[in-house]
Amino acid sequence: MTGFERHVTFSAWAFLAPALLLIGVFFFLPVLAALLLSFTDFDIYALGDLDRLRFIGLDNYRQLLQSSLFWTALGNTFYFVIVGGPLSVAVSLGAALLVNARLIRFPGLFRTAFFLPVVTTLVAVAVVWRYLYHPRYGLLNYGLSLLGVEPIDWLGDPDWAMPAMILMAVWKNFGFNMIIFIAGLQNIPTQLYEAARIDGADAWAQFRHITLPLLGPTFLFVALMTMIGYFQVFAEPYVMTQGGPANRTLSIVLLMYEEGFRWWNMGYASAAAFVLFVLILAGTMLQLKLRRRESL
Amino acid sequence: MINFKGWVNCRYTIIMFSLFRLLLIVFIALWLTGCDSPADRPVIVEFWAMGQEGEQVKALLPEFERRHPGLRVRTQQIPWSAAHEKLLTAYAGDAMPDVFQLGNTWIPEFVALRAIEPLDERLKGWPVAALNDYFPGILATNRLEGQTWALPWYVDTRLFFYRRDLLAAVGFTEPPATWDDWLQAMARLKTLDGAERYAILLPINEWQLPVILALQHGATLLRDRDQYGDFQHPRFREAFIFYLSLFEQGLAPPVGHAQVANLYQEFANGYFATYVSGPWNIGEFRRRLPTALQGQWMTAPLPEFDSHSASHPPAGQEPRVGASLAGGASLTLSRTSPRQEAAWKLLEYLAEPEQQAQFYQLTGDLPARQSAWNDPALASNRYAQAFRQQLQHVQPTPPIPEWERIASRIAYYAELAVRQEINVDEALAALDRDVDRILEKRRWLLKREASR
Repeated sequence: MTGFERHVTFSAWAFLAPALLLIGVFFFLPVLAALLLSFTDFDIYALGDLDRLRFIGLDNYRQLLQSSLFWTALGNTFYFVIVGGPLSVAVSLGAALLVNARLIRFPGLFRTAFFLPVVTTLVAVAVVWRYLYHPRYGLLNYGLSLLGVEPIDWLGDPDWAMPAMILMAVWKNFGFNMIIFIAGLQNIPTQLYEAARIDGADAWAQFRHITLPLLGPTFLFVALMTMIGYFQVFAEPYVMTQGGPANRTLSIVLLMYEEGFRWWNMGYASAAAFVLFVLILAGTMLQLKLRRRESL
Repeated sequence: MINFKGWVNCRYTIIMFSLFRLLLIVFIALWLTGCDSPADRPVIVEFWAMGQEGEQVKALLPEFERRHPGLRVRTQQIPWSAAHEKLLTAYAGDAMPDVFQLGNTWIPEFVALRAIEPLDERLKGWPVAALNDYFPGILATNRLEGQTWALPWYVDTRLFFYRRDLLAAVGFTEPPATWDDWLQAMARLKTLDGAERYAILLPINEWQLPVILALQHGATLLRDRDQYGDFQHPRFREAFIFYLSLFEQGLAPPVGHAQVANLYQEFANGYFATYVSGPWNIGEFRRRLPTALQGQWMTAPLPEFDSHSASHPPAGQEPRVGASLAGGASLTLSRTSPRQEAAWKLLEYLAEPEQQAQFYQLTGDLPARQSAWNDPALASNRYAQAFRQQLQHVQPTPPIPEWERIASRIAYYAELAVRQEINVDEALAALDRDVDRILEKRRWLLKREASR
């Protein structure tokens, strides 16, 4: 290494140092601490006196895998991700196509209106939706009664609580992905559509052969972010149902929160956090791999 | 390429300069405060209280500061929903207040944490009558391991709130005095005309009523020094079946809190005629029920469980009151506080019957000391009288830090059983299994203690 190179390397490190330091202290260190914590039974007793802390190796993980509550939470979370994720992406794409269509007047108005739920506080949204979902006075059941459908106890019926949660989450979140899709759509050169039209392609063929392939990278980004976000579902069940009825809306993060901050079982909660991390990592890798194979 | 060295030099000067300035400010500040002789400065007692109590208690403090000119109280109000977390975090971060309010079911946890100071040494200065003035069942929840850890501040328990007009419509001008009579009244209430209606509202995600019924049956909930669950015990089982029967007979709707959008409105329009709740609802019912209904509701103590003898008490005898929960909040001293003497003075002051009576007027919270109940404002509150009776019959839940967690498991399995997703035997077996696992650490600690 020449002196000059060394000098440049040093400068680079000097510039990176503040950011690295912050990430190290506020991210990697806590994550490492949590990993260590997940091998202990850190709880309220240990908080009072560290002498009462036990290193229990993989016991937390073993207990987690044996706990029916964890599997319930895992099942609920997958339900939410697998049904809610694609639905959310589809609705976002649909909304983006509509808002971006040239026939629409005031696209700015619609963009803003569809984006509003994203920036609204979830607690306020939840209060309103709780009324919409009310079995006896709710607007939703009123609408259904006009169609002759029996009233549904949206948040109280164990079978309907999760669909209700997904419906609200999709409504709340689709605006964000819509904006990203709109940006993706606007990046597609109009000449391609013109050329396709000259070749006699109808709207569906244009969508299938131009819009979708060219939205590929946007799609990947949106799908990944949505999946990661949906895996971490917490606020919706926390505010709306507290995980009920009969734990049908208990998500992994909610379970983690309860174990960690309500019961102060930090070791166990950390173990749950790492399991979730591995799941999200696996999900992300899988999507990237699928996408890569597709583009080959 | 920028002139890295020059840039560093320039930065260096600026940093040194600002550091120097900072030091200067610190020195000046130290010097200024040094001039103040410590005797002139009041001792500041840090006091944390929750919810509306934290707001209202401020009105009592000027008198305290007048009596103790050297003391000042700094109150911090904490919302109930964040209180438990905040206290634990404060403990972990060594930032505890000197005096704080503690829900009395949290006391075992803070004793286990060794976060609070035992009070018996200080209580020796008290007349015996003063301690006897507390409701005994409530004071018991503040005693643990042979020590008193906190002083009850205000109390709560659960009992019936009912619609007088509806009960009268089914032939009960007085509240029923036994469970058998209540069941009869409820069965009749269910048959009243009108829209969909129920006799009683028991939110299915609550543990309180199943536990109260179990206590009334003499169940101990846990066994072997609270090391194992004892929920398959015949007494608990019997109480649990009784609880479930209220739903099976259609007397109670199988709904949780979330599905009752507005409790007061539903009570007013007769969706349910009775509700088991605590003293905070006296104020809420007064405020929120329509004026037309104000004369039409009342409170009644829970009856005793007695399936053996005749269901009616002999004529002329007071109807017997059954057990309910010993709830409420207490005041405690932080073990690490450097101002414990001053903090204790505040605690003693807030425990005086006069302050308790005044606190009731400010908040509607029921006083922990019985002599404060003779205050005209409280003595004339007809809704509170049932509470006074009930408070003589309160029982604590197992005094261990794991209790709230166990209670949440009870609520969970009770809900599953109400929804008939599992049967009684499955529910109780699962409950015992879960609770045994929760108590594993406790067993280990007790074993270790014994072997030392």
